[in-house]
Amino acid sequence: MSSLQLESVSVRYEDHAAPVLDRISLAVGNGELVVALGPSGCGKTTLLNLMAGFVAPDSGSISLDGVPVEGPSAERGVVFQDDALLPWLDVLGNVAFGLKLRGVPRAEREARARELLHLVDLAQHASQPIWALSGGQRQRVGIARALTADPRVLLLDEPFGALDALNREQMQALLLRVWQATGKQVFLITHDIEEAVFLATELLLLSARPGRIVERIKLDFGRRHAAGESVRRIKSDPSFITVREQVLARVLGTELEAA
Amino acid sequence: MTMYDPILPALYEDSQPEPVRTKPTLRHTPWLSTTQLGLVTVLVLLLAWWLVSWQGWVAPLFLPPPQAVLAKGWLLATQGYMEATLWQHLAASLGRIGLALLAAAALGVPLGMAIGLNRWARGILDPLIELYRPIPPLAYLPLIVIWFGIGELSKVLLIFLAILAPIVIATASSVRAVDGSRLRAAQSLGATRWQLLSQVVLPSALPDILTGLRIGLGAGWSTLVAAELVAATRGLGFMVQSAAQFLVTDVVVLGIAVIALVAFSLELGLRALQHRFVPWHGRG
Repeated sequence: MSSLQLESVSVRYEDHAAPVLDRISLAVGNGELVVALGPSGCGKTTLLNLMAGFVAPDSGSISLDGVPVEGPSAERGVVFQDDALLPWLDVLGNVAFGLKLRGVPRAEREARARELLHLVDLAQHASQPIWALSGGQRQRVGIARALTADPRVLLLDEPFGALDALNREQMQALLLRVWQATGKQVFLITHDIEEAVFLATELLLLSARPGRIVERIKLDFGRRHAAGESVRRIKSDPSFITVREQVLARVLGTELEAA
Repeated sequence: MTMYDPILPALYEDSQPEPVRTKPTLRHTPWLSTTQLGLVTVLVLLLAWWLVSWQGWVAPLFLPPPQAVLAKGWLLATQGYMEATLWQHLAASLGRIGLALLAAAALGVPLGMAIGLNRWARGILDPLIELYRPIPPLAYLPLIVIWFGIGELSKVLLIFLAILAPIVIATASSVRAVDGSRLRAAQSLGATRWQLLSQVVLPSALPDILTGLRIGLGAGWSTLVAAELVAATRGLGFMVQSAAQFLVTDVVVLGIAVIALVAFSLELGLRALQHRFVPWHGRG
């Protein structure tokens, strides 16, 4: 079974006594959408950077399908909080960028990029400059860009954090649709409890300093939406509200402990 | 909509159309655009110049009237001054500046990138640049003449050195300021080190490099006269210098005006270039 695995991974900064991440073990399996939820400063972004290969762990190991992760690669696509798009390329150029780096001929990479733009509902914006796009549209370009390189894992670093509530909900639904359509392993970090509960097949609750996984919850609301149930219906479902409140209580509890 | 400085659109807000106005009655269209305002300033200045010389408030030796300068300009363009026409003087100066600018860009951009990206290059080259940069070109001109003689090389070299520093510094700082998540995005798409450099770092730095080029070009013009002090027989700086020695004030004024006009049009050209090639600048 293909999966991204972290085994007892720790990271510490030189000037801090407590490790940023303390013996984290987790696996993102095929068709799973794992969400890490935690307060700011709990090392969420460090966790994602480890998986992407931007930073190396001080101890423990990270592997994808049994092959150790030793630096960034196109196998693990990343979507950033600030979209990190390239303004000198238009929308299509940004989405096709990964294939351009690989030397794929222009016609072929643009055809592939158009497919992905279609998937994220931006087909009619292909030739626009990226500064003409809204925040939500930019993040969709970011998702399409990460997917064009056909990675095995999609890593998202608070991708909807800067969007307004309405936009965020649409983007969550879009992410679930993309996840369903591509069947990728997805790992997402967020500080939005509702977002985490709605999207996750497995929800990881992180504590701050030391960064540890304090709870793992299996959920299926995202799968229900992917199967056709409406966002509003799920989010007003009593079972959704119960889980959300439990997670909230748990997050507040860990924050109190830390303080 | 009228022309506005593409670099600082925010400062020229009243020349941009506003699609949404909350209180349309309070904002009326200004009766002069920013560009028109600038033109009026120049016109008023010319008028004052003409008035002062026409009334005889200042002797023509000190300030010749505008029409005399224009007439002299015609004479210079057709018959020449100091054995060369105005065009030949202009061509000589433009040739020197152009050559110096090309050389400075060709060397300065890679040098700046090296300083910005590599610790060794920064440690070795940064002090050299920072040491020579604040020295006025006139101060090291004698040394250049001793080393390289009084030929064309010394003149171009002096202008080149004036242009080089701004380009190197602008490139180095812009390369260091490249957005980290852009680099990471490219890395996670499989970019090699060379691809990062050519496809992310260089385009990201381009707007600031072009600004460095503009500043460098300004510095180049300001050393032109100094450079053409050295045994030149042609050039705008030489023309002004030799006219000053014989108190031919109208040629001096004309030379200054031509230098200003040419420098101004080059600046406008570079701005247009910047607008054309980096339209995303400031809109990221």
